[in-house]
Amino acid sequence: MNAIKNRVMRGGYGSFVILAFILIVAFPLLMDIFRLNLVGKYLTYGFVAIGLVMLWGYGGVLSLGQGVFFGLGGYAMAMFLKLEASDPVSTAIQSTPGIPDFMDWNQLTELPAWWLPFKSLPLTLIAVIAIPTLLAFIISYAMFKRRVGGVYFAIITQAVALILTVLIIGQQGYTGGVNGMTDLKTLMGWDIRTDSAKYILYFINVGLLLGSIALCRWIQLSKLGTLLLAMRDKEDRVRFSGYDVSMFKVFAFCLAAALSAIGGAMFTLQVGFMSPSFVGIVPSIEMVIFAAIGGRMSLIGAVYGTLLVNFGKTYFSESFPDLWLFLMSALFISVVMVFPNGLAGLYESHVKPRLVRRKSGSGPAKSIETPPKPAATPSTPASDIGLGAKVSNQSA
Amino acid sequence: MSSKSDQSKMSLDRRRLLQGLAALPLVSMSGLSFGQAFPTTKVNTTGLAITDTEVTVGQLHSATGTMAISETGSIQAEQLAIDEINAMGGILGRKIKVIKEDGASDWPTFAEKSRKLLVNDKVATVFGCWTSASRKAVLPIFEKENGLLYYPTFYEGLEQSKNVIYTGQEATQQIIWGLDWAQKEKGAKKFFLVGSDYIWPRTSMKIARKHIENFQKGSVVGEEYYPLGNTNFNSLINKIKIAKPDCIFCAVVGGSNVAFYKQLKAAGITANKQFLLTLSVTEDEMLGIGGENFEGFYASMKYFQSLENDNNKKFVAAFKAKYGPKAVIGDVTQAAYLGPWLWKAAVEKAGSFDVDKVVAASPGIELKTAPEGYVKIHENHHLWSKTRIGMGQADGQFKVVAESPELIEPNPFPKGYQ
Repeated sequence: MNAIKNRVMRGGYGSFVILAFILIVAFPLLMDIFRLNLVGKYLTYGFVAIGLVMLWGYGGVLSLGQGVFFGLGGYAMAMFLKLEASDPVSTAIQSTPGIPDFMDWNQLTELPAWWLPFKSLPLTLIAVIAIPTLLAFIISYAMFKRRVGGVYFAIITQAVALILTVLIIGQQGYTGGVNGMTDLKTLMGWDIRTDSAKYILYFINVGLLLGSIALCRWIQLSKLGTLLLAMRDKEDRVRFSGYDVSMFKVFAFCLAAALSAIGGAMFTLQVGFMSPSFVGIVPSIEMVIFAAIGGRMSLIGAVYGTLLVNFGKTYFSESFPDLWLFLMSALFISVVMVFPNGLAGLYESHVKPRLVRRKSGSGPAKSIETPPKPAATPSTPASDIGLGAKVSNQSA
Repeated sequence: MSSKSDQSKMSLDRRRLLQGLAALPLVSMSGLSFGQAFPTTKVNTTGLAITDTEVTVGQLHSATGTMAISETGSIQAEQLAIDEINAMGGILGRKIKVIKEDGASDWPTFAEKSRKLLVNDKVATVFGCWTSASRKAVLPIFEKENGLLYYPTFYEGLEQSKNVIYTGQEATQQIIWGLDWAQKEKGAKKFFLVGSDYIWPRTSMKIARKHIENFQKGSVVGEEYYPLGNTNFNSLINKIKIAKPDCIFCAVVGGSNVAFYKQLKAAGITANKQFLLTLSVTEDEMLGIGGENFEGFYASMKYFQSLENDNNKKFVAAFKAKYGPKAVIGDVTQAAYLGPWLWKAAVEKAGSFDVDKVVAASPGIELKTAPEGYVKIHENHHLWSKTRIGMGQADGQFKVVAESPELIEPNPFPKGYQ
């Protein structure tokens, strides 16, 4: 068993190294800073996608509201940067200098108290993770303790995304409304708009992403990961074995939320603004598509999926400004029809068998690792498809 | 830079150019003479995408998404102006080539595409943006990369960037003269302010309130904002009925307009009983609202399709010839049409495509051929323009009933209105 586990680890390690090489060496060498900055932006969605792999692929909980946490993380960071950009000198023209411009035109005359913590970078960094995680905890605890799950939970997460969008747009005196928070310039005096800053932020972003993948991989290989899978496939059995199923789901949801929030904060830093268009239902569903295209059982696949979809989006919209939406939908439909397990599934079914055939002996070992496939229950057909992918994706 | 090296560079370039021309006997005479007068190394010292025969510009609007319906008019008008300029031989002997990008009604996409146009494509200028949100998203990029943007929409003011020429009106131009007209001609003293809830209506109404209360000594009997896309105005209509204003002053935008005017009519608030002045209904919006629902209400802006002058007749005819007889032209569409012409004038004055030189040449540029009449670029990068009052007609057009006698000075940071 140990030998198998080692090989599994090594396999995962290999694709991890390839991804790290592509992100750290190949992209920066091959791309100019404009394209690299775009990749940096795409990779911030990658945080959401790997969060979804843990939550949806492993935990079996589909969330259509990850934009909420992405947005909260991004807004927390944007609030800090906005306060720094709104010093009394550069806002001298306002009725009340020293407060963000959108507060001024909404006739606010002083900074609201709940904005004050965002004057401090350490408190902001804590808030970036803590606020979305806390919200995720409240939502998921309330739902999962009542055993609300599946499609009902997905609908509730959509509702949360809608509520938050309406709240942000409605309370524009405090949030910047539909414009969002724009014109962010410096982080502790460091100009984030320069090329060198973009390089540095890109590498910080890649570092955090690879760290997050490693963390998630570690969780997958631990007992916790096994329990998540077991819970996804036979929730009642796990419950009857004495585990508190709901708390594991809460954990997965909070983990996905925290990862999304890190992505959001990095997004704000690299793109230079935050707007409610990342919080709503459409971006949330888009993020699920990233994970689905990459393969929702594979952390690495999710990152590739995110990159592929966003490269496609940029390329199609630059080359075919009138047609690009059709081309994107064609991409989505064909991937789901032809490769239901995403890019990772494609690798598993077509590329890997050839590699395996070349290296004898790994075939039978794999079948030992494979648990007997449970019969598909009508209520969870999706998770059954996922299981097939899971088994073979263990090493991806 | 020493004049000697400059000269040798120029002569080298001229030699290269002449060789090129010898190989291309079909090059027009005007191209030849311009090419000699304005060699590429001279008119382009900052590495923009300019060749001896072509200058590349960007166009960045929403071709898809919720804003597409509004921005299509601007896309068409800019294209028309560019086609006309190219038919006249282009600018400094160079034809304009357009790279079109889709902002997709999504502010971050606007930011991404503007960076692509400036950094990758090295466009000489960009015509684009429509909503304030999209302009705010791209502004830091234009300032950082030293690009040039021609922005067509009437907007809230409170902004003045070296890198932007605002071809629409800023709020005070549109509002103050309109309010004075309402007071003088319609005897309006009690105003009810209604707007969609975002920066432009908020800022506009702030200016309107200050003007009404401090300068006209009138009163504001109500001020209400509704979310973008709101379609239920019943409570507002009740408030209006109770407040009995002399004038409903509106800045409701987009799809909400349709519901707003239909519900007003259904509640019996029609033009023969109630005076209404809006900042945000153009011929484009009338298509959705339906002329019969807006008949007799007034709009205050700088351009109406029915404007009687030769420039406008030519413009309307050319626009309809290109985009069909049913095409309508709203205020923003006309302002978008000015962009390429103003840029052409500034480039020719500067004798260069360099952004800094074009910007320096811009203040004082006049356009006598503008469909709205004569316009001039102010030091603050906005346009001097007249304001007009149009009365809505059942056929979806406006009848121009009043016009400011003088060009109104743009004042994006009005004192006493903050």
